[in-house]
Amino acid sequence: MSDSFMNDWVYTDTVKEHFMNPKNILNDPDYQDDGRGMVGSMACGDQMLVVIKVENDRIADCKWKTYGCASAIASTSMMSEMAAGMTLDEAYNLTPQMITDALGGLPQHKFHCSVLGDKALRAAIDDYLERVGRENPFKKKIAKIVCECKGITDQQIEALVKAGTVDTLEQLQQETGLGTVCGKCKSLAEEMVEEFRHIYGRE
Amino acid sequence: MSEKIFYMDNNATTSVDPAVRKAVLESFDLYGNASSMHGPGRHASAAIEKARGQVAALLGADADEIIFTSGGSESNNTVLDLVFSDLFSGSGRKRIITSSIEHPSVVETVESYREKGFPVTIIGVDSTGKLNMDELRKEAREDVALISIMTANNEIGTIQDIAEITRVAASCGALMHTDAVQAAGRIPLDLHGLGVDFASISGHKFHAPKGIGALFVRKGLHIAPLIRGGHQEGGQRAGTYNTPGIVGIGAAAEIALRLMEEDGKRIAMLRDRLRRGIEASIPDIHINGHPVDILPGTLNVSFPGAEGESILLYLDMEGVAVSTGSACATGSLEPSYVLIATGVGAELAHGSIRFSLGRYSTDEDVDFVLSKLPSIILRLREMSTL
Repeated sequence: MSDSFMNDWVYTDTVKEHFMNPKNILNDPDYQDDGRGMVGSMACGDQMLVVIKVENDRIADCKWKTYGCASAIASTSMMSEMAAGMTLDEAYNLTPQMITDALGGLPQHKFHCSVLGDKALRAAIDDYLERVGRENPFKKKIAKIVCECKGITDQQIEALVKAGTVDTLEQLQQETGLGTVCGKCKSLAEEMVEEFRHIYGRE
Repeated sequence: MSEKIFYMDNNATTSVDPAVRKAVLESFDLYGNASSMHGPGRHASAAIEKARGQVAALLGADADEIIFTSGGSESNNTVLDLVFSDLFSGSGRKRIITSSIEHPSVVETVESYREKGFPVTIIGVDSTGKLNMDELRKEAREDVALISIMTANNEIGTIQDIAEITRVAASCGALMHTDAVQAAGRIPLDLHGLGVDFASISGHKFHAPKGIGALFVRKGLHIAPLIRGGHQEGGQRAGTYNTPGIVGIGAAAEIALRLMEEDGKRIAMLRDRLRRGIEASIPDIHINGHPVDILPGTLNVSFPGAEGESILLYLDMEGVAVSTGSACATGSLEPSYVLIATGVGAELAHGSIRFSLGRYSTDEDVDFVLSKLPSIILRLREMSTL
């Protein structure tokens, strides 16, 4: 196919390369993983499974499966390349922005819905630490206060959405009192509820 | 790889027929304003009136029942806006009845009326996309101003029983509009026989250029203009006549009418061969739409475990142009509301692909898609969490 035909593609060349030739797809049904994480749902249009092998607190191998659009496939593929060789600490702190930057950018509307690989990777690391019976040093570290008045963290919001207790900002407010004092965190909290609903397939 | 395009997105738009292109190019010489009394004006006017007759013939209507517009969306908006007009004042009729699978130009317009406090009733469809007639009969009451139901659906191709729906409208004294944008030029239409009061069509769905459409207004009805500021179209649609567009839709209408029977059969055969080929080569698929009452070129298939945008883009890499009901293609988080309305569920909607064949579709197109699609679906399913 000629260059002129492909130059106007909706994604960057790097996205295209990872979409056309995804790296590190999990295709061994007997893969012996040390940790496994799944986020999203098919009903939402994106679902990701990430499996890892861990050696000396580093990601020795990272494989994945994805149901999703081109940017979901490409971002998971890119994530798997970036994560390999990272310490658990580094891998846990891999962000959607880092993956997106490595891909040379994504259309704005794709950023939130399709970059789920980092969440699946964190879920896999959580799973690994749980399996080996180690305390999870990362979870606490990244807890961030969302509602300063009531001291509600992002992790609390995540847990409530994950458990199915909370689907809306109103329910979150009833459950925790978040945003009921000064109210300035409400729009951020609402966005977070939306995002966690997407991640945990509660749409 | 080649640059050849295997175009299977004719429900989105069609290419301009070469004879239509020629007629449009020649019409640029008719530069006069068709409203002017002088020679150049009269020449343009004559071409426009000829086109009006050609469009009327395609629709089973009379020429003086055709108003030219910019397209289907304008035609739909014009008709729906009539609930604010003198047409219904004093009648006590305000309610609009429409369906859950209409085009966005109907859905969003009606939704904006609902927000303004107008009563709106949305009738559901069954799993094939057919309107729930019992529900319609129950809702067809004395307060209904307008019933607007599409003749054929753009995504799944299902054709409604417009004659029967029009009888229901008449029984409660409501006016009847059909969005015939996908039907016109593809299946025979007899608007007089159907008895509808209004119908919308769009030229670019049957090989005319984009930006030209028409609205059928039954004789005896006079509508308020959506676009004001001129006496054109009998005061029903202002704006200088779009001579090239109108000549184009006229020429396209004449060709469509002439080729309809032959094209319809051939396109349906190609579509059926594509469907059988997919059924034979790809396991676990779901065909959306009605098995019989369906546009000749439309085939909507869901591939569980493979996401629509990914399928579309892998096909695009091979030069195949299709569309999808996946959320990812729309830029929203919601998949196709049409497929959701048929009850297939979000997962099947995300994995849906619409193939829409047309006049220029060939056996080679079908063979090519059948040679590429199975491995694309297999590949996506292998990397899927399914």
